[in-house]
Amino acid sequence: MTSPTRIRATIRDGIVDVRVLMTHEMETGQRPGDDGKLVPAWFIREVAVTHNGNTVMSAQWGPAISKNPYLQFRFRGGAVGDKIDVKWTDNRGESRSDSAAIA
Amino acid sequence: MSGFALTRRRALKTGGALAALIAAGLLPRDAFAAWNQAAFETKGVAESLRALGLAQPAASDQVQLVMSDVAENGAVVPVQIVSRAPNTTKIGLMVERNPNTLSAVFDIGAGMLPEIATRVRLQETSNVVAFVVADGKVLTATRLVSVTLGGCAVSS
Repeated sequence: MTSPTRIRATIRDGIVDVRVLMTHEMETGQRPGDDGKLVPAWFIREVAVTHNGNTVMSAQWGPAISKNPYLQFRFRGGAVGDKIDVKWTDNRGESRSDSAAIA
Repeated sequence: MSGFALTRRRALKTGGALAALIAAGLLPRDAFAAWNQAAFETKGVAESLRALGLAQPAASDQVQLVMSDVAENGAVVPVQIVSRAPNTTKIGLMVERNPNTLSAVFDIGAGMLPEIATRVRLQETSNVVAFVVADGKVLTATRLVSVTLGGCAVSS
């Protein structure tokens, strides 16, 4: 089960500001669980953000990114109503894709 | 009957060719860049850069690493990296004293401004290194960040 990614994309003076909040444990693999054994690493490895289908940003992550990852960046060339998709894949092979329109 | 056999043979052939192409890396598995396991399992700034195929890093004031010098909670440390180097294609983040040095690599797509903000974990007080790939050069900015409460072994 995965939970929705919150996406906010707003345009100002021709530049789109994208803010993304993903829902993920981002388990580091360094933390002992209740049984004293290390909790296995579980983290988002790959992220891709597309604008109308074109990749504007992609990323590779290790488990050092904080729980419920936050991401902010800007790009040119967007317009109000354009579709922004955020897709991630974790090290267990689970993935999730969410979208929002530029406001 | 022979028609079926022919179709089946063709399907097998086509499928095989496709699989070979994917295996050869000619077709992307997805829109993602392939996750570089070696780079993320390496320790040390120079070693991690080498695993990414990047060499000869040089400190540069064209790379700005914006973060507080003191992190109270190492599990959630806001960080922003801004590149003023022309033709920036990659931005990366490393934490020297984390169990694995490399935290993240961002590929700058068409139209994207060369800056990124996120939140990272710091296990202990450490140098944080931002790197940027621009015009084939590797530029870095380093900052020592003190951590009050470590961020890897505790639950967030």
